[in-house]
Amino acid sequence: MKMMSKEFYDVAVIGAGAAGLAAAAETAAAGFNTLVIDRQDRAGGILRQCIHNGFGLHCFKEELTGPEYAERAAEKAIAAGAEFALCSTVTDLKKRDDGTFELVLRSKEYGTKNIVAKTVILAMGCRERNRGNLAIPGTRPAGVFTAGAAQKLLNCEGFLPGKTAVIVGSGDIGLIMARRLQWCGIKVKAVVEIMPHPSGLTRNIVQCLHDFNIPLYLSHSVTRICGKDRVDGVDVAPLSDPENSFHIDCDTVLFSTGLIPEMELGKMIGVEIDPSTGGAKVNANYETSVPGVFSAGNVLHVHDLVDFVSEESVRMAKKVIRHLNGEKDGETVKVCVNEKLKYAVPSTFFPGRDTVFAFRPLVVTNNGTLTAEQDGNVIWKKKIPFVRPAEMICFELKGDLINGKGELTFRLEEGEKA
Amino acid sequence: MIYDTAIIGAGACGAATAWQLSHTESKTILLEKETDAAFGVSKANSGIVHGGFHHPSDTLKTKLELRGNKLFDVLHEELGFPYHKCGILVAAYSEEQMETVKKLYQRGLDNGVTNLELCDRARMLELEPKLNDAVCGGFFAPDGGTIEPYGYVFSLVESAIKNGVDVSYNFKVCNGKYENGVWTLTSADGRTVQAKYVVNAAGLYADEISRVCGGEEFRIIPRKGEEYLLDKTCACRPEHVLFPVPTKHSKGVLVIPTAGGTTMIGPTADPVESKDDTETTSSHLKRIAGLVSDMINGVSLRDLITSFAGLRPVLETEDFYIEPSKRIPAFIQVAGIQSPGLTASPAIGEYVVELLKKEGLELKAKTAERVKNYKIDPADPAWNRIVCRCEKISEAEIVEAIRKGHTTVDGIKFHTRSGMGRCQGGFCAVEILKIISRETGMSVEELTKRGGGSRIIAGKLGSLEVKA
Repeated sequence: MKMMSKEFYDVAVIGAGAAGLAAAAETAAAGFNTLVIDRQDRAGGILRQCIHNGFGLHCFKEELTGPEYAERAAEKAIAAGAEFALCSTVTDLKKRDDGTFELVLRSKEYGTKNIVAKTVILAMGCRERNRGNLAIPGTRPAGVFTAGAAQKLLNCEGFLPGKTAVIVGSGDIGLIMARRLQWCGIKVKAVVEIMPHPSGLTRNIVQCLHDFNIPLYLSHSVTRICGKDRVDGVDVAPLSDPENSFHIDCDTVLFSTGLIPEMELGKMIGVEIDPSTGGAKVNANYETSVPGVFSAGNVLHVHDLVDFVSEESVRMAKKVIRHLNGEKDGETVKVCVNEKLKYAVPSTFFPGRDTVFAFRPLVVTNNGTLTAEQDGNVIWKKKIPFVRPAEMICFELKGDLINGKGELTFRLEEGEKA
Repeated sequence: MIYDTAIIGAGACGAATAWQLSHTESKTILLEKETDAAFGVSKANSGIVHGGFHHPSDTLKTKLELRGNKLFDVLHEELGFPYHKCGILVAAYSEEQMETVKKLYQRGLDNGVTNLELCDRARMLELEPKLNDAVCGGFFAPDGGTIEPYGYVFSLVESAIKNGVDVSYNFKVCNGKYENGVWTLTSADGRTVQAKYVVNAAGLYADEISRVCGGEEFRIIPRKGEEYLLDKTCACRPEHVLFPVPTKHSKGVLVIPTAGGTTMIGPTADPVESKDDTETTSSHLKRIAGLVSDMINGVSLRDLITSFAGLRPVLETEDFYIEPSKRIPAFIQVAGIQSPGLTASPAIGEYVVELLKKEGLELKAKTAERVKNYKIDPADPAWNRIVCRCEKISEAEIVEAIRKGHTTVDGIKFHTRSGMGRCQGGFCAVEILKIISRETGMSVEELTKRGGGSRIIAGKLGSLEVKA
């Protein structure tokens, strides 16, 4: 691995997770000086604590664990000649008068150091929504963790977060952790989900809950956390009848209640945020409202699979390369979605150019229909057999299809009841 | 050894008294039942340095509030805790409220507060452009602001220790006997401390301490306040502490630009039965959000990062009770220190020292130069290793907190702000546990959130039986 050797780069990638590594591999391979910056002492990001398998089927055509996937992704970036600044935190990001960017890095090794880059890739990933964000009532004892923090404690440090647990939220990390806890002898008493449907992938519901007889309470919420020094239980109530709560004894509560893009550096430089994703608003080049600043991966919008993160980041990196080569694009056209879709990424596109669109559905249905309309005409239609909020919908639309000047509107219509 | 003074309670009042006594040639010990200072009433409050206009001038609390407000400038300078001296605005949203504002303004003048400014609508909006459009006037008190209450107390305790005061944590006084001119205080685990004078600054438990020492019978009624904390990037952070027009029972729900950069909304004011009842409830949040949205623009619960509740130690009289016991000798009662207790605390320290003198304690000013509080060496490379990303807290700051004796996760959080930001320790908690373990030699299994049974982890991987 080549460490940071310069003060000026073509590309500064913030974050060495799946998104950052995939982008760096592309830009470095294209001959651009690329620096990848990460807070951790190794590349790989959150993948390093995901020791379960199921990664890599799309990108590497084999089933890998998180650390293996991270290793492969890092090797690609290293082989392409990307440089790294690890154990380093970017504390400031500014645009300079000449259109380049100044980053302030802080680390034990480099001290406080300024780096200049022609382009910046925001690939910082997410943080987990926690108990405080949700204002879950009750006391504030020890034993309350986010699922990811518990995962790190267990998988990276070898410590048990507790002995009996209740998991709040049915996100994938929570489901994976339910199985992981059972495997180390921690009894998982329940998974409590506020929505009427699970937030995680179906395969995880089956493999992590059903296989261990862990009850999943849908349309329920945790109404109170109890315990003075350490958690001693939670009250759980159905949403339809909040007074009718029941108590579950446990010494640990894990929160798997969603991910929030860690976009503070983007906000610092004035990147416009899309309220429906929490990430940046980007055009079809994955370029933010600040020219020269690009974004992909979970910091842009939350993905289900790491493979999709890498794929998106590769697409973005190709656009970064075009940008560095001085290629210009024309006017953009706005993308809209109906109320059954949470968002579309990108939020604008270039007419006549092949574009990959990603959507997050808000409804559960089988054989739903997704249509694209432009200038009053349905220009594209697709049956989607299995529509679930846990599963991203992603399609490429060919340029000759989307060459009109009007807004492009995507509509999801429900099919059969799931 | 026999101490000159034993202070029960290392909250704001106890710490301020200990700090004052550390300026004298007397021997003092500070006793605290919790595992760190400020872990009771002092850690969970609004952190406001009040302006001296809320209460009538004939009360002890007003007298001490006014003096305390002035002392904060001196203490901030000497001890270096963060003090965001942003000033206070009281905003009226109706003509009727404006009448109360005028009375409050007049009360401030009567109390001797200087620099007060009565404001019309335009002036209010000039001072605070984010105010809700319905504002019709108010007044501005520039001499006030916000502090981090735990940071303030920690700095008092650190300075007191550096200048000769002893501190004993996990020392829960359960008995006090006065014999032959000496108090013997016994802890729940059987330790004893002897002192000529005792200061009862036990906060919520001042009534129980008085009782076990044979002093006056009185009752502390806990009055709960829930607070909600919003992210540093929230749109509603005001330039000043923003007060509504007070009601008979409370100063109302405020919008507070904390010294740490976050914005706090609250507190509520509900009497509760138990002195342990610091539960947050679901009913208050919406009401608070509604109240503050009527005051200022940009309030969004998407910015919520955490909530907590604190208890005010209230006496039936509603005033402070600071005087020598009439029942037992050499015993100073410091009770009922609710709002504006934090503001008053530096003055309470002074006042208690004067009372001790009147009771016969001989106090000679120290001539030796004072030992200053520790400051991080900016050349330390660990200063550039960021452990807590949300608050940008370095390893050097965490190590500093540990070396000052804060070895619980909450103690380090209150000292450094690590884990206090938007991820609430999701990313840094594990790292901080490893640093505490490395610096103290304690195993990670022994570490706690805030002492007692608040262990963070349950053991090593492999220590539990796995059932097939």
